[in-house]
Amino acid sequence: MKTGTLKQILLITDGCSNQGEDPIAMAALAKEQGITVNVIGVMEHDVIDEKGMNEIEGIAMSGGGVSQVVYAKQLSQTVQMVTRKAMTQTLQGVVNRELQQILGGSKKVEDLPPDQRGEVMEVVDELGETVELEVLILVDMSASMKEKLPTVKEALLDLSLSLNARSGDNHFSVFVFPARKKEVEKVLDWTPNLGSLTSIFGKLTTGGITPTGPAIREALTYFKKKRSLRSLFSRDDESFFEESV
Amino acid sequence: MMMNHSLKNQFNVKPGTLIEGKWHHNQYRIIKELGFGANGIVYLAQFRNQSVALKMSDNGMSITSEVNVLKSFAKVQGSALGPSLLDVDDWQQRGGQISFYVMEYIQGPDLLTYIQQNGRVWVEVLILQLLNDLHTLHQNGWVFGDLKPDNLIVTGPPARIRCIDVGGTTIQGRAIKEFTEFFDRGYWGLGSRKADPSYDLFAVAMILINISYPKRFNKTSGDLKQLEVMIKGKDELKKYEGTLIHALKGNFSSAKEMRTAMLQFNQPHPNHKTRPPQRTQTQTRQSNKSVSRQTYTKKKKRSGLFETTLIFIIISLLYMFYIYGQLT
Repeated sequence: MKTGTLKQILLITDGCSNQGEDPIAMAALAKEQGITVNVIGVMEHDVIDEKGMNEIEGIAMSGGGVSQVVYAKQLSQTVQMVTRKAMTQTLQGVVNRELQQILGGSKKVEDLPPDQRGEVMEVVDELGETVELEVLILVDMSASMKEKLPTVKEALLDLSLSLNARSGDNHFSVFVFPARKKEVEKVLDWTPNLGSLTSIFGKLTTGGITPTGPAIREALTYFKKKRSLRSLFSRDDESFFEESV
Repeated sequence: MMMNHSLKNQFNVKPGTLIEGKWHHNQYRIIKELGFGANGIVYLAQFRNQSVALKMSDNGMSITSEVNVLKSFAKVQGSALGPSLLDVDDWQQRGGQISFYVMEYIQGPDLLTYIQQNGRVWVEVLILQLLNDLHTLHQNGWVFGDLKPDNLIVTGPPARIRCIDVGGTTIQGRAIKEFTEFFDRGYWGLGSRKADPSYDLFAVAMILINISYPKRFNKTSGDLKQLEVMIKGKDELKKYEGTLIHALKGNFSSAKEMRTAMLQFNQPHPNHKTRPPQRTQTQTRQSNKSVSRQTYTKKKKRSGLFETTLIFIIISLLYMFYIYGQLT
């Protein structure tokens, strides 16, 4: 099976957006482009209100991803779990579509007898291990996130540790929003390792607004840019995930 | 452990519920909940007057993945690596279809509870058993992954440690599927999350530490130094210090090697309260036997020499008397 690149946005936030486009619509736009959007809501002592909660679940749902609301302390374990879960989910979708092509109709893995399902799962496991992965991390820098930033940094380092244990390649990049003069700012360009994050995170300043929607929109163009740059080098990187998702 | 409470609320299967499989049509009556984790809920159930454990999840793929592991364990002869698999099926409900599998019910307290109830003398025995099982597991190309006291049950008598929850069990060389921070070498900055035998051995060392610190502790400096300080803080850990540090550093290449190290540690202390493990016992017994046989033959030789001399003296005396008699 030819493996393409799995593209994910990981949004780490602690509440509601309050500026720009509807983030739920932007997540739907991402999904249309074959990019999965996962959301992690971080709580400290405060509890995320219902409106924030609905937004978090809404973004993940329309972005075809996974969402989870956790206390800052549990962030590390959650970030890697959510990313992996979303990967498996996407790969499962791909395998399901392949199955439909072979078997015809609307057959899904779940419709197979348990024994055959095991063989399909082995394929999904194998793909999850070897597939190339791009994760664009979007970190909410609104004022209330300030004290959670060290934990976020830890969690991201932990994520790169988990994913780099796979045999497939990983590319991470980190964006923060709001930035000093614009809505979104790139703080770390595509890199296989998040180790350099330590020095960057100390310098970041938090702001007042939360433009989640515009941040997602901007992030999407960054995936695109990368792809077009790739095509300049005439590397055939047409991923079937994009077509099929 | 702390996640997916939503999942728990989702099915809420009440005791007495009858679960019938869509494919194999076996009927299971739910008795009670045994526990839940990130990947589903385990129930105690009744099947033809037999107690079984039934695991359900809304994530059918994680059920399938665990079933794959249990199936491959079943091929390893005479192993007690995980619970034996009895059935795999789907349960159709108003909300849709829920996948489940049925396994042998392993009854007993978890490792920490067992040691609290029966005393520290059991630590060594159980850890040696565990290392033996891990060795078999590793030889078959697997790594257990999510090794922690909560996933270890002591059945018996006779006391026997068993692993439950194979959700983290990973093929060697791949990324560990599931782990718990305290027992994960990546969390302590002491290695990668690639599945290799030493990943499990790190967790075994942390289990020994956890037995002495039942409430566990938080990461401060989060490196070998912090763990060394914790080991030195307890007398019962200090005696395994060498073995523990070796395992934490990932220096043991196999579970058997770690097991041997733990056994060797026992040898210079014959007065040690815990019973020496069997293999060493037979070894010493054998060597004892051979030693005594040697001394026995030596004695025999020595007494033979003595006999010969005695006979020689007596005969020569008698000859002297004879000569003397002839002369007079």
